[in-house]
This record gives sequence, structure tokens and C-alpha cells, in this order.
Amino acid sequence: MIESLYRILALIRKELLATLKDSKSRITVFMPPILQCLIFGYAASYDLNNVPYVVLDRDHSGASRALIAAIDGNGAFDRVATLQKASEIADQITEKRAALAITIDRDFERQLMMGKTAKVQVIADGRNTNTAGTAQGYLSTITADFARKWRDENGFSAEPGVQVTTRAWYNPNLETRWNMIPSLIGTITMMMTMILTAMSVAREREAGTFEQLLVTPFRPYEIMIGKALPSMLVGLIQASSILLVAQLWFRIPFAGSYLILYLSLIEFLAASVGIGLFISSIAKNMQQAMIGSVIVMMPFMLMSGLTTPIMNMPDVLQYLTYLNPLRYAISMTRQIYLEAAGIGQLLPEMLALLGIAAVTLPIASWMFRNRLA
Amino acid sequence: MIGELIRARRQSIRRVIALTRKETWQILRDPSAIAIGVILPLLMLILFGYGLSFDIENLPVAVVVEHASEDTNSAVSALRLSPYFIVHPAHTMAEAEQLMAKQKVSAILRFPPHFSRDVTQGDAMLLVAVNATDANTARIASAYVEGAISTWQARDAKDGRPAPEIPNISIDNRMWFNEANQSQWFLVPGVIVLVMTLIGALLTSLVIAREWERGTFEALFATPVRPGEILLSKTIPYFVMGMIGLALSVIGSQLLFGVPLRGSLWLLILVSSLYLLVALGIGLVISSVTKSQFLANQITFLVTFLPATMLSGFIFDIRSMPIGPQAVTLIFPARYFVSSLQTLFLAGDVWAVILPDMAVLAVMAAILMRIAIKSSRKRID
Repeated sequence: MIESLYRILALIRKELLATLKDSKSRITVFMPPILQCLIFGYAASYDLNNVPYVVLDRDHSGASRALIAAIDGNGAFDRVATLQKASEIADQITEKRAALAITIDRDFERQLMMGKTAKVQVIADGRNTNTAGTAQGYLSTITADFARKWRDENGFSAEPGVQVTTRAWYNPNLETRWNMIPSLIGTITMMMTMILTAMSVAREREAGTFEQLLVTPFRPYEIMIGKALPSMLVGLIQASSILLVAQLWFRIPFAGSYLILYLSLIEFLAASVGIGLFISSIAKNMQQAMIGSVIVMMPFMLMSGLTTPIMNMPDVLQYLTYLNPLRYAISMTRQIYLEAAGIGQLLPEMLALLGIAAVTLPIASWMFRNRLA
Repeated sequence: MIGELIRARRQSIRRVIALTRKETWQILRDPSAIAIGVILPLLMLILFGYGLSFDIENLPVAVVVEHASEDTNSAVSALRLSPYFIVHPAHTMAEAEQLMAKQKVSAILRFPPHFSRDVTQGDAMLLVAVNATDANTARIASAYVEGAISTWQARDAKDGRPAPEIPNISIDNRMWFNEANQSQWFLVPGVIVLVMTLIGALLTSLVIAREWERGTFEALFATPVRPGEILLSKTIPYFVMGMIGLALSVIGSQLLFGVPLRGSLWLLILVSSLYLLVALGIGLVISSVTKSQFLANQITFLVTFLPATMLSGFIFDIRSMPIGPQAVTLIFPARYFVSSLQTLFLAGDVWAVILPDMAVLAVMAAILMRIAIKSSRKRID
């Protein structure tokens, strides 16, 4: 037992040395997560800022000018031109000078004065449907607010009927960054550790040292642990550095407990490393390990809820996401960060991750010795 | 003199062909290369097409009705009929909050106790609470719930309780190039850019770094083959693979999702070739600098694949990024390729967009190829 422990420790030491011995490798292991978190933290957002738009004001009235001022003042839009003719719109949109063209009808103010519904036309560049849709949503909020204010100022009584008050829980200002950056902890760490693990065995296999390892007194499970723990350790350091960027640079409010976060991360890393080792146990060389991990990782990233919510997916794909460790990591970090989730709330995710690790790690260690090919 | 030149040229071509053949055999022998060239494009098309959707359906909503009445019943049944919501009835707010904490519902709609009386008096208040741990979904969800309520109100007003017309603004929304607002149309360029990046940069850098690692590159130096010829024969097979990936993505996207190709095919091929050359160039440079598969893989992943996903504008719009990250996107070739692809597929041959993109890609390709040739000069350290 003790001997086995010694062997594993020796292997872990050797593994850490192999990964971190030269400064080039150290930099490629520890710098990227921080850089990625910084850049993606700013880039990965659906919030609109400075979306270029053009306006064609056919009314030239006080009301139309006030509406344009309201759009300009919102901050999401940036007026790049004021058009004179409708025929100018096509070029502006097609050549990507503007993403939106807003046309205010000729009798805009008169319609409002008469107590009727005035018309505004919005043309959006559908080459990016996401921006177009979000921008249209923003604009409908701006015009609704404008109409309400206009009614108040011009002596039209408050509207009867039902008023809806909306509250956004856990993230009152609906900032994408608050959910995106916590999600990056899992995403970036998984990418790095899975490749690291998959490549580390493949590298030894190519160099022939893995066969040597197999003829030593090491048992397969010892080799497995000796490969898994260093990768998890590296992953944990990477996750911590991203966490530091999230806390110190982006200052994302952290409502939960660090202990629970680290507990979740360790489970998540065990599952990711398990998958990485499983890939590397099948791969014959580094090329196969790399391609294998990319082909596995791509669906993991896309189907994790990072970019689009899982509940929008077709049922079949939704069931498949239950096999995806990143899905659980993202849901857990968001809940811990914003909802202050406790262990009880996170139990389903934790069990699922344990399940993935409990299946992939033993298979990998069995495959080390009994490879099919 | 001229005869000699022609002979030298002919020999050079023969060497390139021989080396290309060797490289092609090597690719075909490893099933993983086929996986990345054929399976990956199809897999991504399916995932992007069916999996990535920003349109919400079946949003689970907890509806709290403390005192049921005709008004609440008709509002709740309006929600039930809508394809956007799945209604989970709750009796108290506490119960609804429990459902939200367990992630069973994403939104709560609460009817206050005296809702019916308030409606007749014209000052009814409804509370909508959304789980904003996913801000984007929360924003869409709250807009949907509010929309459903106002439709219900308008319909309700029609049966006997006419709402007086008030000054208001209506927006007539049009979406150019993608009238039906199909997100698949917008995501196809992403598939192409990722496939080309993986084949061009990631695979090539690995394969060449392997030759350095094993010393077979040095062995090649001992032959009459020139560095330029080596690079050419290395790039041709992967170039062809990338083009096959492109063809699969274009055909697949048309068959599966009816994505139109409104620009010209030859221009699509030209822009894609330029991008592929840039990607190959990056792969060549990184592998000849690192000379290690492991490092080459890590670095290529970092400078090509990740920017192609996050900084290319195919998911997150570059225009909305802060100025710093926006400037960073300029260094990476992916943004120029994505911009051209989106325009070529959906808008057509818009030269004002495509020409500048192509010019940047061409300059990048030229520079990278020069560096690649320089750094793989015959030398042994």
C-alpha cells in the first residue's frame, strides 16, 4: 500500500517535471488562461455597444428629434450618418457601414398628437441575426419608454390596464459578463487540461517511454493516477488564475462559497482529465490525440450552455448534454457565483460529474494495458 | 541556358509531386486525418444548425396565482397555449422561488391577490421575475412574457372591454438578407472558419513539428530538395483537405438548412484559399519555431482556434466589443474571413466589404509564407 503510494508520488513528480521543466512549457501552461480570460471576458458578450446606425427622419419635428436623441442617449447605438433619401439606406447596410437603418414616418408627431400610433421602420443587417434581433429588442424598449414619457409630458392620462414590473434576479442589470466570466473558468480549464492530458500519454507513446512505463512494477491504475493528478493540479492552478482575474480585474460579485467552488472544480477536473486520458488511451500518436480531443471538445463547448441556452436545443441534443462535464461546470459556477448555491442545490451536478469520472478513469487505466489496436 | 532552366524547373516539379504523394499517403494512412477533414465539418454543421439556437421555446415559467379568477384563468391559459412557455403552477411565491432555486423554472409570473379588481379599476400590476444567471436568456425571456401579457390584454380588450387608443409608437422590423431570421444562416460561416483553421493551422503545425521531432526534416535536407519545394509539398495536401472541408460545409449547409449562396462561387473559393494559405502559413511558422509537437499544438490552439471562435465575429459581434479587444481582433485573420463569408453567403458580391478583407488576408499570407520559408532554411542546430 505504502509502496504503491510512493510509486504514485514518484510518477507525479516526474510528470510535473516533464510538463513544467522548461520556461517555454511553463509559459504555455500558465499564461494562456489569464490572457484568454482577459480577452474573452471583454469579447464574449451579447450586450450591444456602439452599434452603428443611420437614421432617416422624414418628419423633422420636435417629437422625431426627441426620439433620435433618446436612441443616441441609450449608449448601445452610435449614429454614423443622418440620411436624406430612402435610397441611401441600401448602400449603408450592404456595405456594412451601418447595422441598422431607422426611418421615422412623415406624420410621426401628428399621429402622436392625435392620440394614434405613429410608425417607425427599422431595417437590420441580418448577416448577424443575433445582433439584429437584440438591437430590435433594445429599440422597442427605447421607443416604448419614449412613448410613455411623451404621453406624460403632453397631458395624455396614464395608460389603463395591466402594468408589468420585471425583476432580474441574481443579476439585476442583466450583464452578460456576470455569467460569461464565471463560465470561462470551466471552459478554459477544460480545454487546456484535456489537451494536456491527451497529449501527455500520446507523447510518451510516440517516444516509446510509455511501453517502458508499462513494463515497470507500476500497475495500470497507478499509472492512471500518476497521469491524472498532475493534470488536475495544473488545471486547478489555471482555474485559480482565472478566478483571480474574475475577482480582481472584472470584479464579478461572488455570492457563494469558495470551498464549494473548489469542490466542484476538483470534481469537474477529474471528469475532464478522465475524458482526456480515455482519448489518449485510444490514440496511437499525438496527431490522433489532438484531433480526438478537438472532436470531443468542440461539441462540449458548443453544447454547454456557454453560448446558447441548453433548453433551446432539440430534445435529443439536450439528453446528450448530460454526458458533457462542461455543462455541469458552467451551471455550477453560475449558481455558486450568483445564486450562492449550497451543496444541496448542486448535488445533481456533483453526482453527474462523479459518474463521468468514475466511468472514464477506470476505462482509461484498463485501456493502457489492453489496447485494442 | 534556357534549356537548362526548363530542365531544372521540370525536376523541381517532379520533386514536389513526389513529396506531395508521400505526404498524401501519410494523411490517408491515419484515420484521424479523415476524421478532421470529413467527420468534423459534418458534425459541426449538425451541432451549429440544430444545437445553437438563440430562439427560446418551451421556457419553463412558474405562475403564481394566489386568488384564481376569470382574469387569471384566461391569462394563464393564454400562456399555456403559447409555444414559448411551459407553465408550472405554484400557489405561493415561496413555492415559485423554490422552483427557481432548483433550476426547474427560468421565470416567475405573479398575479397579485386582487388582480381581477385591479384590472377593472385599471391599475393592475404583474410581477415578472427572471433568473438572470444567464443574462441574455433572461432578457429574451422577460420580453416574451411581457409580450404574451400584452397580447392577452389586447385580446381581452376585444371581448367587450375596449381599451381607449393612446398615443404610441409601433415598430415595423425588417431583417435584410435573412428575412426569416434563421440563425443557421448566420452560423454557417463559423463552421467553415473553424474547419479551415483546424486543418490549415492545427493539423499542419503538428505534422511538421513531428518531422522536426523525429529528425526526418533534417534527413530531407540531405536530399537535393529545396526548402520552398518542401513547404509546397507539405501545404498542397492540406490545402486540398481544407477545400474538401469547404465543399462539404457549403453543400451540407444548402441541403440541411437551405442556406443561400448569394455571392459567386469563384469568389468564395478565392477568399477561402487566401484564408487557408494564412492558416497554413501560421502552422508552418509555429512548427518550425517550436520544433515540438506539444508546444506547436498548444500555441497554434491559442493563436488560431480560440480567436477563430471568440474573436472572429461569428458568435460575438466585434462592433460591440470595447476598443481594446476590438483592436486585438485585427491581428487575427479569422475576422476578415468571417466578414467576407457572411457577406458572400447572404448579401452577395459586395466589393466594398470583400476587397479590403481579401487584401488583408493576401498580405498576411505573403508575409507568413516568407517567414515560413526563411525559418525552414536548411540548417541544423
